[in-house]
Amino acid sequence: MSKPEKKPLFHIVKRAPMPWWKAWLYRGLSIVLAMILCAVISLIMTGQNPVQIFTSIFNGTFGSPRKMWATGQNVAMLLVISLAVTPAFQMRFWNIGGEGQALMGCLASAACMITLKSVLPNWAVICAMLAASIIAGAVWGLIPAFFKAKWNTNETLFTLMMNYIATQLVAFFCVFWESPKGSGNIGVINQSSNIGWLPVVGGQKYLLSILIAAVLCTGMYFYLRFSKHGYELTVVGESEKTARYVGIKVDRVIMRTMILSGAMCGIAGFMLTGGTDHTLTTTLVDGRGFTAVMVSWLAKFNPVWMILASFLLVFLDRGASEMAQKCKLNSSFADILTGIILFFIIGGEFFINYRLCMRHSETKEGIAHV
Amino acid sequence: MFDFLSFIPRAVVQGIPLLYGSTGETLTEKAGNLNLGIPGIMYVGGISGVIGGFLYEQSLPAGTGVAPFLAVAIPLVCCLVGSLLMGLLYCFLTVTLRANQNVTGLALTTFGIGVGNFFGGSLIKLSGKDVPAITLTATAECFSAPLPFAANLGWFGKLFLSYGFLAYIAVAVALLASYVLKRTRVGLHLRAVGESPATADAAGIDVNRYKYRATCIGSMIAGLGGLYYVMDYSRGIWSNDAFGDRGWLAIALVIFTIWRPNIGVIASVLFGGLYILHMYIPTGMNLAIKEIYKMLPYVVTIIVLVLSSIRKKRETQPPESLGRSYFREDR
Repeated sequence: MSKPEKKPLFHIVKRAPMPWWKAWLYRGLSIVLAMILCAVISLIMTGQNPVQIFTSIFNGTFGSPRKMWATGQNVAMLLVISLAVTPAFQMRFWNIGGEGQALMGCLASAACMITLKSVLPNWAVICAMLAASIIAGAVWGLIPAFFKAKWNTNETLFTLMMNYIATQLVAFFCVFWESPKGSGNIGVINQSSNIGWLPVVGGQKYLLSILIAAVLCTGMYFYLRFSKHGYELTVVGESEKTARYVGIKVDRVIMRTMILSGAMCGIAGFMLTGGTDHTLTTTLVDGRGFTAVMVSWLAKFNPVWMILASFLLVFLDRGASEMAQKCKLNSSFADILTGIILFFIIGGEFFINYRLCMRHSETKEGIAHV
Repeated sequence: MFDFLSFIPRAVVQGIPLLYGSTGETLTEKAGNLNLGIPGIMYVGGISGVIGGFLYEQSLPAGTGVAPFLAVAIPLVCCLVGSLLMGLLYCFLTVTLRANQNVTGLALTTFGIGVGNFFGGSLIKLSGKDVPAITLTATAECFSAPLPFAANLGWFGKLFLSYGFLAYIAVAVALLASYVLKRTRVGLHLRAVGESPATADAAGIDVNRYKYRATCIGSMIAGLGGLYYVMDYSRGIWSNDAFGDRGWLAIALVIFTIWRPNIGVIASVLFGGLYILHMYIPTGMNLAIKEIYKMLPYVVTIIVLVLSSIRKKRETQPPESLGRSYFREDR
């Protein structure tokens, strides 16, 4: 270290890894702090008392059985896309193209529903939809991965651009298949025949998505933790040189992982179009591809924590919308609150990884806590 | 016959917000910060200006007109302050707290778009004023006033002199940024910070200070893009989500210009042109094809990104440490 003439008030030191419960205590603390700030802001904006505010947030999420199911559906969709982008992140491949990949899945499903409805029986249409959306998502993920593997093209920017190409492609097909003519959107596909609609499980429209999400979550947990693929992509993420040295084919791992990532996003699209919305619009994925990046990162790429993280974000979103609606404010209030909470969690990460050492306490370890 | 005389001014008007955004983002990226919060910052810049202008217009006694200087200065200052705060927030999280830049940027975008749409939708209720919509026509007129002699100069006036003053500032800022980056010591240091912060640190450059300054100035420039969009392009009328994906397009433009703001002056017009090309291409009854034209800017960007990575020319690469936080004690 250099010898500065004026010693700074404190310096920053990297911590040894914390026990997991302590790290989550810090994260919980930052969420609580963020909630307090959110409450203060809501108080100023709406003029209601905090208890009322939190009641309406709670009501927005759990207010009625219908709302609870809708919450479950939103959590499930966000979770699937978050799971999908996770293997790529674990590999340090910044796939922020989840939005586009899921949208391609929606497009492929809708295409099958529209073009095959009078050709194949219902079950075959559903199989075709699943296959098509997996392929569409995988291709959309593979394109940036291919260029990353071959020429080290910047994947963050590439996947970002692919989102908008997907959006425009969907916009094109929305006009192409528009019904009724001249409306510019598709409306509900196969409204009368219900061909290509996923079966309703247990009498609840949203139960199937929740089940699929649970299965995928378990699968992803085991894939990342216990499979050879999961190990390889973690090594590539930690250090490409090490990976090459131990004989892992880095470019193959990159492409394989992105195919998986894109394919899972495609499944999410399939669930949206086939399972719940039965339509195709450019905003069908609703920014989840971007939110998923944050969910996955918040959960430290751990599928189990991801359930909590996506629940937190959906809870905020729905709750704040409800509150805003009650006070006749704009529903974007939810985005502001989400942003604040994210900033706190992102900032709180610092105190998990680093420690501030005050000037006078350099000799005594452990005194200078944050 | 393709109507260039009406096409080019419209392309320019579309391009100016992109030029602001990309100049700001280029400065930021040259310091090694990949700020994906630019779309949010542009929203905040726009809405801050709108809030300033709205409060100013509402504070006037009925029947008096706006004073042109104040009508320009108040939204301008509000916009700069709003986007500066966003830039500071980003810097604090990524530089001081070393958070992940992608996540921070995306969170900033969520937050910024939320702020824009929230205040756009609720400003009237919050301020308790009795007006049907936010229309700052008087303020906007001050912003979009063309040069006085533009109308007398025929096609030349229409092509070059018919824009509001912010358009010329955008070009000036881009050229200035390009000059600073390329020809001054500050620019050299800034590029060093973006390429290899450890080397820059060893050479005695204060890495964090450069990152902070570049990102904050970059944010303020980008915020002006939002202001230009509301005040000049849409004539002082704020409508939610109208700004659309222009923020992302600005980031695309950074790549397209291979991190050179002076190329951005021309390229932004090109992007603006591609953005509205679908209105000028005769497609007959086939409306769907228009949507395909709208994807052109992104496709072109990807092609540039891929080609520059294949050619591996040192001058056309992204800054080496783009997207990574710097910690001196890390190795």
